[in-house]
Amino acid sequence: MKAMEYRGPYKVRVTEKDIPRIEHPNDAIIRVTMAAICGSDLHLYHGLMPDTRVGSTFGHEFIGIVEEVGSSVQNLHPGQRVMVPFNIYCGSCFFCARGLYSNCHNVNPNATAVGGIYGYSHTCGGYDGGQSEFVRVPFADVGPGVIPDDISDEDALLMTDALSTGYFGAQLADIEEGDTVVVFGAGPVGLFAARSAWFMGAGRVIVVDHLDYRLQRARDFALAETVHFGEVDDVVLRLKRLTGGLGADRVIEAVGAEADGSLLQHIAGVKLKLQGGSPVALNWAIDVARKGGTVSVLGAYGPVQSAVKFGDAMNKGLTLRMNQAPVKRQWPRLMEHIRAGHFRPSELLTHRFPLEHIAEGYHVFSSKLDDIIKPVIIPAAA
Amino acid sequence: MPYTADAPVTPPTRDELRARVPGWGADLDPADRPAFPRERRDLDSGAHWVLPEQQPELAPRERSLEHERLTPVFGTAQPVKGASGLLKKLAYARFSEGKAAHWLLLVASDRVDAIESHLASFGSLRPDQPVTQTGVRGELTHHGWRSRVGRGRVDVKHTWIDPILVAGPWVLAGALAVAATRKAVSR
Ligand SMILES: NC(=O)c1ccc[n+]([C@@H]2O[C@H](COP(=O)([O-])OP(=O)(O)OC[C@H]3O[C@@H](n4cnc5c(N)ncnc54)[C@H](O)[C@@H]3O)[C@@H](O)[C@H]2O)c1
Ligand SMILES: [Zn+2]
Ligand SMILES: [Zn+2]
Repeated sequence: MKAMEYRGPYKVRVTEKDIPRIEHPNDAIIRVTMAAICGSDLHLYHGLMPDTRVGSTFGHEFIGIVEEVGSSVQNLHPGQRVMVPFNIYCGSCFFCARGLYSNCHNVNPNATAVGGIYGYSHTCGGYDGGQSEFVRVPFADVGPGVIPDDISDEDALLMTDALSTGYFGAQLADIEEGDTVVVFGAGPVGLFAARSAWFMGAGRVIVVDHLDYRLQRARDFALAETVHFGEVDDVVLRLKRLTGGLGADRVIEAVGAEADGSLLQHIAGVKLKLQGGSPVALNWAIDVARKGGTVSVLGAYGPVQSAVKFGDAMNKGLTLRMNQAPVKRQWPRLMEHIRAGHFRPSELLTHRFPLEHIAEGYHVFSSKLDDIIKPVIIPAAA
Repeated sequence: MPYTADAPVTPPTRDELRARVPGWGADLDPADRPAFPRERRDLDSGAHWVLPEQQPELAPRERSLEHERLTPVFGTAQPVKGASGLLKKLAYARFSEGKAAHWLLLVASDRVDAIESHLASFGSLRPDQPVTQTGVRGELTHHGWRSRVGRGRVDVKHTWIDPILVAGPWVLAGALAVAATRKAVSR
């Protein structure tokens, strides 16, 4: 089969691999019909995640058709159209039993600090991912869900990560009616978080980025106010002014380890990898939150230390909430929002690349060319 | 600036918000928020086991010191190999996740892996191709210049570093190879 293959930082290609096998009785093999590239994949692509091995196939956002199931699988059958959450999880450990599906203890031998994720380095379990023609899906009775007939492939694809994550992030922020919510990052995750903040009753939503075309989406799609941090001297001060001097009630950080905004931090954290990424956006979030407010962190960071302004967070009495999203918990309610016509998530899918052109896809998404928001990867067999 | 008990900015009214934002307030009630409360015991995950069956360990599998057993399920992609593999095994066997040495060894092993793998690729039928693998063709097909210039992007300040980071080692290796061949020929 054809699969994306990581060849070292900034380098990927398409290669021929064996079709994955059933390795556990509750495994399924899925034939991928559509995959996506996530902002998280860029952290791998740029070599920021420890134990990302050459030869890995990335991809934790994918939908497909069930090809084969293991002997103990009860709920899935070959031929079904399924969406697969980016979390790999057993459904039965201490954490899964409490609904912490992104923090499973039974699927990742390499680290206890993180659960299992498809195609996301050995630090997340050493599984090949879905930017490929076929993929091994463990715990087929737990993770995957059959896509209802009235949900499009495109919306289903977004539900496997970006959409569910943004929606989850808005919930983490503990929004109350009338709150002012600031969202850092107008990528797919930030845009979905901003749009979702309204569902929770936000009174104002302000999105911050430096890419003009993404801020345009923040206005059109997320119906938010915007601040271009490249055009203001001091973005924190500007946001304080916009919020009457007190700061925002709730802040959502949807940028992560590769934040721009401080050349020094970016070069030290991202290019030279001297810390677990560049925590510029996280520090801005801490600065912008009002005293007693909440910061919801969706952005991903490496396991190595980063220079976070913890003293300010403490002195301001902030509540910091964060996690990898437990994706499947979000689905029933998200589908109600889609069915009610509240929004069309698939509007954010801007580009399609055949799997053969995956290297170009990564470059264009990584460099934010051609007004890209979210790229879809189509395997040849699909 | 009113340093009083009132919120300094009054939000629009419910009706205004409902008129402007489809679905505004649909999840106002925390009971409608699927991630609330964060921990709950009443969800059905679909698991029909108390402890999952053990996936067979067909090849020795490295694991975090913090796990006292191999997890019931694990990924089998890219088993450790070569010098990078020795570093990785050491990182897992010797240092727990709480130690910086654990992660720094893994980061170092990744750089060794990249070098080893590039060298190995030259002995294979599909040597690494830095140009196609970086996807720079996208600059031509997807408006590299127009996407970057004159649009207030702050990342243009460091974009120039990327080609150096990526091509630098290749140029260096090339130069060394040329020098070595010259030396060999002149002998
Ligand atoms: N928690 C989770 O479960 C989860 C799931 C998916 C993605 N993520 C993480 O969310 C983050 C965003 O993902 P994405 O797919 O939207 O990525 P993306 O790369 O498309 O978007 C990131 C955006 O942040 C902007 N940005 C950079 N520096 C900034 C700053 N200082 N302030 C404000 N904006 C800034 C960039 O211009 C870009 O538009 C990533 O770190 C990703 O790893 C987390
Ligand atoms: Zn993701
Ligand atoms: Zn579990």
